Amino acid sequence: MNRITYSKATDVRDAIQEHSKTDKAQYIAGGTNLLDLMKVNVMRPAHLVDINKIGFDFIEQEADGGLRLGASVTNADTAYHQHVQQHYPLLAEAMLSAASAQLRNMATNGGNIMQRTRCYYFYDTSTACNKREPGSGCSAINGYNRMHAILGTSADCIAVHPSDMAVALRALDAVVCVEGPSGKREIPMEAFHRLPEDKPDQDNTLAADEVITSIKLPPSKYAKHYSYLKLRDRPSYAFALVSVAAALNLDEQQHVLEASIALGGVAHKPWRMPEAEALLIGKPATAANFRMAADMLLSTAQGYGHNNFKIELARRAIVRALEQAVNKQATL
Amino acid sequence: METEKYNNTPQEPTISLTVNGQMHTLKVEPWVSLLDALRDHLQLTGTKKGCDHGQCGACTVLVDGKRINACMTLAIMRDGAEITTVEGLSQGQDLHPLQQAFIDHDAFQCGYCTPGQLCSAIGLMQEGKAKTLAEVQDLMSGNICRCAAYSNINAAICEVMGIENRGGSL
Ligand SMILES: Cc1cc2nc3c(=O)[nH]c(=O)nc-3n(C[C@H](O)[C@H](O)[C@H](O)COP(=O)(O)OP(=O)(O)OC[C@H]3O[C@@H](n4cnc5c(N)ncnc54)[C@H](O)[C@@H]3O)c2cc1C
Ligand code: SF4
Ligand code: FES
Ligand code: FES
Repeated sequence: MNRITYSKATDVRDAIQEHSKTDKAQYIAGGTNLLDLMKVNVMRPAHLVDINKIGFDFIEQEADGGLRLGASVTNADTAYHQHVQQHYPLLAEAMLSAASAQLRNMATNGGNIMQRTRCYYFYDTSTACNKREPGSGCSAINGYNRMHAILGTSADCIAVHPSDMAVALRALDAVVCVEGPSGKREIPMEAFHRLPEDKPDQDNTLAADEVITSIKLPPSKYAKHYSYLKLRDRPSYAFALVSVAAALNLDEQQHVLEASIALGGVAHKPWRMPEAEALLIGKPATAANFRMAADMLLSTAQGYGHNNFKIELARRAIVRALEQAVNKQATL
Repeated sequence: METEKYNNTPQEPTISLTVNGQMHTLKVEPWVSLLDALRDHLQLTGTKKGCDHGQCGACTVLVDGKRINACMTLAIMRDGAEITTVEGLSQGQDLHPLQQAFIDHDAFQCGYCTPGQLCSAIGLMQEGKAKTLAEVQDLMSGNICRCAAYSNINAAICEVMGIENRGGSL
């Protein structure tokens, strides 16, 4: 790891100011992703600004019935929070499927959605990688790409975003609240993560020196029919090959009133397609209809060799997750 | 653009850590992990370095009562914290019930993962979320045992937690 200096910010203005002093500064929260990448020289900040004590360690209810998750709250405290468990069980389920108990005790909500790809070449400084070193090329496209994206890829990068939490946040239409040198703004989850296009070094739309302060959840509407289905090489402590955050609202005849389907492990950002969800509205919640939605969600999917299996895996996972959502009891 | 001010200007700040009830004041460079501070600065080598990347759990310690991977946090970030390592589990010659259970159930072979398994399991017990063997398995998955003593580790943990050691899912 390169030599660094360190400061502990006391409030959000102090954090932003410290961070703005140099373009080689990096915020550090739980440290579970940043320190990992620093140890392999993929990230080489010169100064760390510790943001754990800047006053964003709260979870509070909003006047509109929503919930605000402070950026510094740990993933464990968020996922086990009583209100989250009760009203946003999809989020709790996704978060508890991630990493290990020890890591969840350190990982924070802000850091989680900021975590970087697990692409092997991104981690291996002896290989070409446009995300790590813009313009050097992408080793994955013609290399070993079993974990890589099937949707929204570009000729420059086929990496996936590894967060489970972000997939659930996307399904729930969460909003990321940030603060920077020029003030506060809110970024809907949809617009937070980017597709790689020709700038894969940019994972998201956070501007220079901006810090995430909290994540806002709209009032809960999917506490009954939901499922986070995570498919991976081991049943615990592994990143998703494909994951599905599925949420439904059904009427008494089991017809779909509202549907939300977000996919993880398949793209550079949590993947949603409103047209595929619209297809289900007013229709019976049946496997045949779910298959139609899955087909549409994956209509533009493309494999790169080793990851071809993800297309069929995702299709089946979408149908299964929606079936589990209809009949949640069956999965408990 | 490189900013000179922050580049390679080593600070060596003084921090304090209370480890197993004893207060220590130490000088550490900002890039020293809590794991290296414990092992190299305080000579508490019970806590092991397996992967140094948050993947194996051998470095698990309790910080302010919560289990974390000591390799994935900086010592300087933990200034003022209360830390429990494997060296702090027994009361003199009296083993912690979990340590005794590990012996009774033959829950280790080489023993390399054991300090992390013990600290992790104590964290698990304090969290109070595991009620079944399957939940113990899921919530202990952050501790890898290369010798694969898992079934005996689980048996030891289940005994101490009063959980029926049957019907696991992993
Ligand atoms: C072995 C292992 C397995 C894992 N498995 C999974 C898994 O299955 N699923 C999953 O989702 N994740 C998994 N993770 C990733 C883990 O969830 C992330 O490392 C963690 O959530 C990052 O949070 P942090 O607070 O530790 O971030 P840090 O490491 O502190 O920071 C990460 C990045 O975010 C920036 N940052 C942090 N906070 C803010 C903020 N408030 N505003 C702006 N920028 C910020 C930092 O500058 C840094 O660039 C795994 C990690 C490991 C090591
Ligand atoms: S997929 Fe993206 S992150 Fe992986 S090697 Fe290619 S450019 Fe780098
Ligand atoms: S040494 Fe820390 S998790 Fe492996
Ligand atoms: S006893 Fe050898 S690694 Fe667990």
